[in-house]
Amino acid sequence: MALYLPFLRRRIGFLGMMNSTLSNFKTSVLSEKNSITTLSDFCNSFSRRFYSNKADKQFDFIHNGGDSKELNFPGGIVKFTSELKFLADVPEERIHCYRVLDDSGQLISNNFVQVDKEIAVKMYKDMVMLQTMDTIFYEAQRQGRISFYLTANGEEAINIASAAALSMDDLVFPQYREAGVLLWRGFTLQEFANQCFGNKDDNGKGRQMPIHYGSNKHNYFTVASTVATQISHAVGAAYSLKMDGRDACTITYFGDGGTSTGDFHAALNFAAVMEVPVIFFCRNNGWAISTPVSDQFRSDGIVVRGKAYGIRSIRVDGNDALAVFSAVCMARTIAIRESKPVLIEALAYRAGHHSTSDDSSKYRPIEEIEWWREAQNPVTRFREWLRGEGLWTTQAETELRDSARKEVLHAIQVAEKVEKPTVKEIFTDVYDVLPSNLRDQEKSLRETIERHSQDYPIDVPL
Amino acid sequence: MVVPARLWPIFLQRQEEFPVHKHNSPIKKDSTPTKKEPLLHDMDDDDNNTSGHHHSLKASKTIPEDSKGKEAEKAKGEAPSKGSSIAISEEHMKPQVVKEESSKGKGKNSPKESTKAKEDTKMKEEEEDAFTEKDYEDVDDDYDDERMIGHDNDDAFARSPSFRVFFKDSGKDYHNDIGKNDSYKVPSDVDAMSPKSLEQGIRVIASRAFSSTAKEMTVRDALNSALDEEMSADPKVFLMGEEVGEYQGAYKITKGLLDKYGPERVVDTPITEAGFAGIGVGAAYYGLRPVIEFMTFNFSMQAIDHIINSAAKSNYMSAGQISVPIVFRGPNGAAAGVGAQHSQCYAAWFGACPGLKVLVPYSAEDARGLLKAAIRDPDPVVFLENELLYGESFPVSAEVLDSSFCLPIGKAKIEREGKDVTITTFSKMVGYALQAAEILAKEGISAEVINLRSIRPLDRSTINASVRKTNRLVTVEEGFPQHGVGAEIWFSLSLSLSLPGCVLSFYTYVHLWLFSASVVEESFGYLDAPVERISGADVPMPYAANLERLAVPQVDDIVRAVKRACYRSSSLAATA
Repeated sequence: MALYLPFLRRRIGFLGMMNSTLSNFKTSVLSEKNSITTLSDFCNSFSRRFYSNKADKQFDFIHNGGDSKELNFPGGIVKFTSELKFLADVPEERIHCYRVLDDSGQLISNNFVQVDKEIAVKMYKDMVMLQTMDTIFYEAQRQGRISFYLTANGEEAINIASAAALSMDDLVFPQYREAGVLLWRGFTLQEFANQCFGNKDDNGKGRQMPIHYGSNKHNYFTVASTVATQISHAVGAAYSLKMDGRDACTITYFGDGGTSTGDFHAALNFAAVMEVPVIFFCRNNGWAISTPVSDQFRSDGIVVRGKAYGIRSIRVDGNDALAVFSAVCMARTIAIRESKPVLIEALAYRAGHHSTSDDSSKYRPIEEIEWWREAQNPVTRFREWLRGEGLWTTQAETELRDSARKEVLHAIQVAEKVEKPTVKEIFTDVYDVLPSNLRDQEKSLRETIERHSQDYPIDVPL
Repeated sequence: MVVPARLWPIFLQRQEEFPVHKHNSPIKKDSTPTKKEPLLHDMDDDDNNTSGHHHSLKASKTIPEDSKGKEAEKAKGEAPSKGSSIAISEEHMKPQVVKEESSKGKGKNSPKESTKAKEDTKMKEEEEDAFTEKDYEDVDDDYDDERMIGHDNDDAFARSPSFRVFFKDSGKDYHNDIGKNDSYKVPSDVDAMSPKSLEQGIRVIASRAFSSTAKEMTVRDALNSALDEEMSADPKVFLMGEEVGEYQGAYKITKGLLDKYGPERVVDTPITEAGFAGIGVGAAYYGLRPVIEFMTFNFSMQAIDHIINSAAKSNYMSAGQISVPIVFRGPNGAAAGVGAQHSQCYAAWFGACPGLKVLVPYSAEDARGLLKAAIRDPDPVVFLENELLYGESFPVSAEVLDSSFCLPIGKAKIEREGKDVTITTFSKMVGYALQAAEILAKEGISAEVINLRSIRPLDRSTINASVRKTNRLVTVEEGFPQHGVGAEIWFSLSLSLSLPGCVLSFYTYVHLWLFSASVVEESFGYLDAPVERISGADVPMPYAANLERLAVPQVDDIVRAVKRACYRSSSLAATA
């Protein structure tokens, strides 16, 4: 028996250290806010993580007699109880929602990460720009100019505030309702319009349906139509960042509906096990197209799932830009400093239709939508706070709305006139280098075009 | 879904070793579930491995140990038929014959003759220089290590001190941990000194003598060394999958790599293919070059969304902004006795998807060259191995063993030249086709065997050139007939042309007369006979051995199909 004691001690010591790290973490982060830990700490946590990746040897059970009060089970010590009691399905009280601003934009506490004045103003401007863009693009779709569109109404704060809390080095794996993140990062209105119109200046060479933006330059991975695949990808990319020892994390966005996919569960589990710097940002907007959250899951939202996977989690008010900003700032610190995943559940109502293919008035009361639009408008609330801080005026508001509208209209007009991608772009990028079968097909296509030039559509440049 | 599969590599290797009647193999009786169980299997498995690798070497036992070079090789091929004491099924003999023939063929016909000759001389010299009696002693000394690590090759890494230390250490720990439980003494010397192990010892010596003369390599070692070399060459390459690390891979393909590269580059994952395939794709999106192992490609169906929708399409959909340099690899197709959910061939499935490259290695040379090519390739590659080939040895040249060796993706290999009929095939069926060609040669039919190597892109020009020469085509695959490989099966064409000759094979049930579009489009005028297509039966794989045999193509089926294509049909009774 004595032979094993050193092992045991070392093991307890190790666990104890981890425990204290965890319990003290909140205070330590708050006190050392914004101060990045030393490089050696960072490296230590890395090597520790790799160490912990090895399977634990389970031999401590040898020390437990028949009367012990706890069981050293693989994964950790479990205490015994004589109480025959199941965990509750519905908690007595739902997890609280972190907020900084009240409904009218007044501060209710000082427990938030300070935002620079310029940043705050830019946040507001971008929220307005996102609103404007959504309105006009939506109209363009209604007029048949583009085939599809999808707005972020009601989720402007989630979009912009989360983006503002990140650095440009952080990688974004979006779902599809996060155009604001790209906007914040400097993707121009013209680029948005080019994508939606699928012209030859589009980053994606006109290959994807509207709103499937993507830009390497902005570390924003191309939107995929498949629901929730991006969650696993974010974990994989975070692993890549970690292997490189980069001072950055990945963030992935998904809706409440996406959390029902296997990918969500696999990704959370893998992230916890692989200990990677990723922020899971769930936009719980109450509706997955026509499916309300009550038909989607019976847990207390998403935030409780993080706990089940061993991931630190928080629920925030998605209509409160300051709360979202603070939560993402903090999550980023945790992710990078400890190389651990974090889950954020932001509550914000989808105040628009799911997409242009949807009419949400068919399945939810108009009054409900109106109430959220009016009483819980994230843009208005943030503006009121800015006003209170003396950073915003009515005149600035009018000017901003005017110019935003003009800029968006201009971008659309330009994008519409730019010619479509050339024939060549059908074949490129299937592989890194054009294989012979595609070269043959292109050659054959061009010969056909030559033979039947009178039938060839004029809007496809050769 | 995958946990039981942990058991079947062991089972299969046992089968390989005692393929027919013998079930007295030392199957582990105790299996108290503890954390260390994988190691237990590991050791146990290695044990089998070693002998598994050498089952063919039972033959060498019957010939003088000083047999060298080609003589030895020849003896090796023939010996099993001389009736070694342990029953070896037909299937297990065949590849040996094939090997001999293929290398012979090479020697005679290939333009590389001179190189080959040079190599032979070089090898002989080497052998004479290096293989002294002392080496025998060394080999003997190594034996215990060999048993532990199950490596019979002279791989530098396998013999590296660190490698040994790892295994020895873990063995020691393991005894410490569970020291009180006697049943855990798997690698115990008591077992090892049984008559059986003595026999193994001889085999090992024989194999050493053999491998250092003829330079043979198992497909398993070829894959392992390719992974090792690519990981060592590029720090961005990492492995991920179930049991790839501590357990050394369900089929030991990743043996030794965890110890060499650490858990950050050989990642044991939780069990969900969708999870680690997706995470791998994400890692490939941003800078890494993951090699994802599926325990079998049947399980890749869980991850098909990530393989097709994410990996294959991202480069195109992002207009080249996101390249996905990832490899999905693992055993594909029918193994033996593992039923429907472990036996399907997915070559046609993945072959149907633009954006993917699909490789199907047959020999050790293929395995090494193509896996290296796959890892270096900037596009997603599906790498379909065959479980039954893992333990098979193939002659390899010095060029193949060089760490810079790499095969071009999209080029087929003419394994055997011929003038009367072309047989296109891939993976395990290449071996069968070569055996069939040998039988046919005795009957005066000269068959050209094309090892496709790559399903996508498909080497149409090689196939066409061959068909234009032979004017007859027989395609062979293990997968299902409908929309099978060749992806270019055109029913309308086939129907109009196939009716006259439509004969269902007694043995395979499924011989359809179908046309490969590449041939029909470009070489139809050259065809002197309807194209014969041999495939697996159009049913999920049955488990029972007799039915399973009927459900996959056999050598006889190929022989008969070729004869039909050459209008030399004989009655079934005559060939059966």
